[in-house]
Amino acid sequence: MIEINGITKAYDGIRAVDDVSLTVESGEIVTVVGTSGSGKTTLLRMINRLVEPTAGAILIDGRDNRDLPGHELRRAIGYAIQGYGLFPHRTVAENIATVPKLLGWDRRRIDTRVDELLSLFRLEPAQFRARMPHELSGGQQQRIGVARALAAEPAVLLMDEPFGALDPIIRGKAQDDLIEIQRQFSTTIVLVTHGMEEAIRLGDRIAVMDKGRLLQFTTPAEIIAHPASDFVADLVGSADRAFRLLSLSPVDDLAEPGDAQGEPIDASASLKDALSEALWSGRAALPVARHGAIVGRVTRESLIAKAGRPQ
Amino acid sequence: MAGSDLAEEMSGHTDTEFQVNRRSGPDRLGALLVAIAAAGLVFQPFSLFRANRIVAAKPVWLLSALPPLEAWLVLAVVIAASAILLLRTRPALRLIVCALTLAVLALAVGRSGVFLTPPPNSYARVAPGGSFWIVTFAFSIALADASVRLRMSPLGRLALLALTGGALWLLLWSGAWDSLSILREYANRADVFWREARVHLLLAVGSLAVAAVVGIPLGILCFQVRSIRATLLNSLNILQTIPSMALFGLLIAPLAWIGAHVPGASAIGIAGIGIAPAFVALFAYSLLPMVSNTVAGLQSVPREARDAARGMGMTTWQRFFEVDMPLAFPVVLTGIRIVLVQNLGLAVLAGLIGGGGFGTFVFQGISQTATDLVLLGALPTVALAFAAAIMLDALVEIANPVSVRSAEA
Amino acid sequence: MSPGALFRLVFVVVLVAFLAVPQAFAPVFAPFASNGAPAIYTQSGLLTLTLSHLAMVAVATMAATVVSVGLAILVTRPAGREFLPLSRSIANIGQTFPPVAVLALAVPIFGFGPIPTLIALFLYGLLPIFENTLTGLTTIPPSVQEAARGVGMTALQRLIGVELPLALPLILAGIRLTAVISLGTATIGSTVAARTLGEVIIAGLISNNTAFVLQGGLIVAALAFFIHEGFATLETALARRTRGALLI
Repeated sequence: MIEINGITKAYDGIRAVDDVSLTVESGEIVTVVGTSGSGKTTLLRMINRLVEPTAGAILIDGRDNRDLPGHELRRAIGYAIQGYGLFPHRTVAENIATVPKLLGWDRRRIDTRVDELLSLFRLEPAQFRARMPHELSGGQQQRIGVARALAAEPAVLLMDEPFGALDPIIRGKAQDDLIEIQRQFSTTIVLVTHGMEEAIRLGDRIAVMDKGRLLQFTTPAEIIAHPASDFVADLVGSADRAFRLLSLSPVDDLAEPGDAQGEPIDASASLKDALSEALWSGRAALPVARHGAIVGRVTRESLIAKAGRPQ
Repeated sequence: MAGSDLAEEMSGHTDTEFQVNRRSGPDRLGALLVAIAAAGLVFQPFSLFRANRIVAAKPVWLLSALPPLEAWLVLAVVIAASAILLLRTRPALRLIVCALTLAVLALAVGRSGVFLTPPPNSYARVAPGGSFWIVTFAFSIALADASVRLRMSPLGRLALLALTGGALWLLLWSGAWDSLSILREYANRADVFWREARVHLLLAVGSLAVAAVVGIPLGILCFQVRSIRATLLNSLNILQTIPSMALFGLLIAPLAWIGAHVPGASAIGIAGIGIAPAFVALFAYSLLPMVSNTVAGLQSVPREARDAARGMGMTTWQRFFEVDMPLAFPVVLTGIRIVLVQNLGLAVLAGLIGGGGFGTFVFQGISQTATDLVLLGALPTVALAFAAAIMLDALVEIANPVSVRSAEA
Repeated sequence: MSPGALFRLVFVVVLVAFLAVPQAFAPVFAPFASNGAPAIYTQSGLLTLTLSHLAMVAVATMAATVVSVGLAILVTRPAGREFLPLSRSIANIGQTFPPVAVLALAVPIFGFGPIPTLIALFLYGLLPIFENTLTGLTTIPPSVQEAARGVGMTALQRLIGVELPLALPLILAGIRLTAVISLGTATIGSTVAARTLGEVIIAGLISNNTAFVLQGGLIVAALAFFIHEGFATLETALARRTRGALLI
């Protein structure tokens, strides 16, 4: 759990972060979204004390993050950034092993952990261990960057636009990977992004920042349905908010008993996909399948009703 | 663009933890320089007195090098200036204080010459001593620091240079330094000095001019015709490894042969002795920087700019004169800066093979162990190289204001 | 074996042979010696002079490396950062001091012999190394520095583990530049009685014997070539390892 209490950072009297308070629960993904200059990166860097706050305090699992020297604190917190910051003079394995080595793990344990992480990110250890960063594609570098951040099994992972330099398809995969890993290890993640799309897709809760202030901190559905201000509404965008809302829930939520014709849709697919399919194939209802067995149906009517602004 | 937040953080703010101690306490550079100056004043003589040109020098400390009142005055000025350097004062103030202190030191060392060798004594020599040089050094660094902190514009730097030159000329013209040994050496050979000065400039600037006329087209050729680029640049590179002294010497024989056997060659001054070998050697050394900077300049032209020019229907020549050359010019100018500064220094070696220039004094001085004569050759050389560097740096910046500014940011 | 490597090997063999038994090469240089003057310099052994020349360059270059790398590290640390702009402009202006002038100005202070030459070589050698180290240490990609801090390295760990290794190719280039310049400048040291190959060249200049000038000049040029090549190979190997440094 990360408790941020009234944190402020001023540079020459100008407040980059202005009295922000929020609490990130354990095992939760919080995305921080805002335009550039909103203070979101500064906020993130105060958690691992790459930036020292002017006022306020940050508690991690109840302990003030200033109890430890900065570098020791940072070894216990994962950190992945845009551009990845891989050390160009070290191999992939050495890069991943950075923090375990700083912590003084023994060789065997380090080697095992490196291979484990490479496999986790679908990179064949024997093939990738000895490569240099410049021999990797952008997507591979990004995965190594996250693997390095996770190497010492931190309970908290901070990410600053980690997918910013990836093309849309690879970015989509990397986001899925992250969700997968987060579920597996229930790591607490704070992720900074400038795209609301990414914030909605990844965040259990979203913190919207502008000019150093926290404008709204709530679930994606709430943000879409009830933006706290015009600025937040602009950031969400009005054109396809109905579909964004639908994209947040699985078909399961609206499944009802009954029959329907045609190709079934999986219960875990999003409502957005279901509506799209219903419109495309001209069906008033779609059969819903779970593990291959038909368990009911979902109607176009109910989908459309669900897409309206929640009251 | 994404990531700009991080860039801002990294460039501007990460060292804020340290700004705190930067704003309190004495100016650290100032403290260092004041310590150097103080050590110089205590441990080194202000002037060196010789009963005649050759005998060993007798050190004279500041308080006995000048009439008591003036000595204490100089000391007071240095102490007051030191106090200003120690405090965190504004750069403009530091600049003015340093300039004034340097002027006072310059006048004082001249006065010391008069004081220690009253006019009828024409054999005794007074030279500036260690503490003069050290204090001058300390305040020059402080001056340089102040001008860096002021972030002066290129024109401002040129003006400062002109002002310094003017002050120096005034000092020399007024006769304030006439009693110093280096100027005694000068007075004995004023005609020769100016002749050698002209030769020195002719060697350095003339060979640069020829190298530019030959080297820039060669560079353009290298850029256009990829196949000759490596060969030409490699041969010029090898030429650079020949020690300058040897190259000067090696040219004597072939040039003597040309002078003797090619009709008309001797009429235009080609001979084995004199300035011809030195001129040719300097030309040879100048060629590489000219060619390689021209190539580098043309390579630095963004592909997009060239593409856009083609896309808008410019002909090859139009592209060359309106896009390539203007964009490459600052880099070519940097090449000229490198060559000019290098040539002004290397031209000293001409003195070793009878080619003239300031080197004549340097090597004569070395062989006679006459320090003042060495200085008579070395100081104008250093001053010329220094002035040339400041001048051309300013010109490069004027020619290329955008990239310089972004490089500093 | 590639033609280039073969050429280098032959070159080395010729140079070593010439230094070992210079007299064997007398016929090569004889055409350049006028009026029956000796074709090979015998006042001192060429090998002795070469070794002394190299030793002087090595000592000066090593001292310059230690001092300038140390200074560059100092001015890039938070505590020394306020000296950075100034040190930059001093390095820039210092380059304009002609090496001959540095030598000439050192003689009145340190007298004749090897000391002024060593001082001049040392002083003149500082700047290229300092400048290159500075460039190396200040052009490390921001994301790499950020990552190094972010994973919890201390300032010293960052310096030794990340900054210096990444700056190494540039530092080596600076050392190479210094060594090659020093090699040529050291010849001038003979005008102030330092024992270098300049002695041979000066003897040639004084006695109007081109053969001496040629052999002195060629040895120095060959040494410069080898030092240049050696360093360049090392730099390329290192740079290849970290080629992506500026792209990542």
